[in-house]
Amino acid sequence: MPAQPVVDHIPALRRYARSLTGDQWAADDLVQDTLERACSKWRLWTAGSDLRAWLFTVMHNIFLNQLRTAGRQAPGKVLDVDEAADELIASDADLGVAMDLQRCLLRLPLDQRAVLLLVSEEGMSYAEVAKITGVPQGTVMSRLSRARVRLQELLDAPARRSVVAPLRDGQSTTVTTLRRKT
Amino acid sequence: MDKLLTQPLNDLEIHAYVDDQLAPAERAAVLERLSHDVHAQAAVWTWQQQKAALQALHQSVYDEPLPPSLRLAAQQTSARQQAANQWWRWGSLAASVFLAFGVGWMANSVWHGGFSAGASSPSLARAAAAQDFARQASTAHVVFSPEVRHPVEVAAAEQEHLVKWLSKRLGRSLKVPNLSPQGYELMGGRLLPGEAGARAQFMFQNTAGTRITLYLGAIDKAPAGLDKQETGFHFSADGPAPSFYWVDQGFGYALAGPIPRVELMRMAEVVYSQL
Repeated sequence: MPAQPVVDHIPALRRYARSLTGDQWAADDLVQDTLERACSKWRLWTAGSDLRAWLFTVMHNIFLNQLRTAGRQAPGKVLDVDEAADELIASDADLGVAMDLQRCLLRLPLDQRAVLLLVSEEGMSYAEVAKITGVPQGTVMSRLSRARVRLQELLDAPARRSVVAPLRDGQSTTVTTLRRKT
Repeated sequence: MDKLLTQPLNDLEIHAYVDDQLAPAERAAVLERLSHDVHAQAAVWTWQQQKAALQALHQSVYDEPLPPSLRLAAQQTSARQQAANQWWRWGSLAASVFLAFGVGWMANSVWHGGFSAGASSPSLARAAAAQDFARQASTAHVVFSPEVRHPVEVAAAEQEHLVKWLSKRLGRSLKVPNLSPQGYELMGGRLLPGEAGARAQFMFQNTAGTRITLYLGAIDKAPAGLDKQETGFHFSADGPAPSFYWVDQGFGYALAGPIPRVELMRMAEVVYSQL
């Protein structure tokens, strides 16, 4: 018997998906896909093990696959952050600040963004994040460090931000546009 | 020793401190060094601020109602996991096989609101599947149509998005019938889980506030056989709300609502002619 039913993890999955994609609809679609996959692959979950980590792992893999497929099929497609920003829901914070933060997040390479969100937003340990993303813990730590520095640079450079186009997710491993570190 | 305690913190130590990833002894040592390291103190503060901002960004998700489609999908997963766990708890093979069947069958009937008749011939099985479908449509109608605040997941104002989204989910291009001439306007739609994949529900309302729903989705997981699965109109008073249902190429449609049978039939014909 799971200590915490799957339904209790939905808010965290939705929040993470929303930060990851910057799009409310795409995020809930991703959660739906995740739950459906989890339902068909429940055998892969070991009873008594960490259900949250498993669900996030399923979601991480689906998201990567979707990006790979999207990258192959529509190489010209760019995520329109300004459009996505309209769908953002600010918490109590100023809407502009939230939009700004989301916009900068979307410009991080995906591997950095995922690690940053899992640690900072979801409060996971480095070991858990290593398991979810399938990389060594040392890699998690260096990605986290780079992501935080990069995000801060983006947040602190408002003038530049409007000029630079958002990074397309499918390209997050091609580094050319990203190494514009000052 | 003093030298060690005044050694500046490196980046990874700073992050590990911010994320509370240090063992108690380590943490105490880092804290001590932090007190001598103004640069690291500034970094810790920056990362703490950034972390708090990220936590707040979409915190409002926790206050949003759960979309029913997500809730149902999660419940289905839990049901399967529970069935699996109970399976393991029984050592005897015979008992476990029996239990797995029993739990699976029960979970199935709970989530799909009906009992599939153990039909012996394919046509009987198909008829049973279609009747199950109608019952599920009827249940979905009475569950969602009384909702005042969230009768639909996506409102009619976003019809284009709604149709695109549900078409993607159902794996088939959908059309929304126009029932305005009959006095019913589209309110919106929602996604629901079904036995053979996702199902969609469109809700319509007239000026008197009467709501009718069109429920649609694949009937059977198996590919339609040699004879394409099709039926005529059937009336069902089986579920909590009356419905007319029909099957077209393995895809089921059910129109449900608290209106007289003749009127419901007339509307079903209108829907059929438009799809």
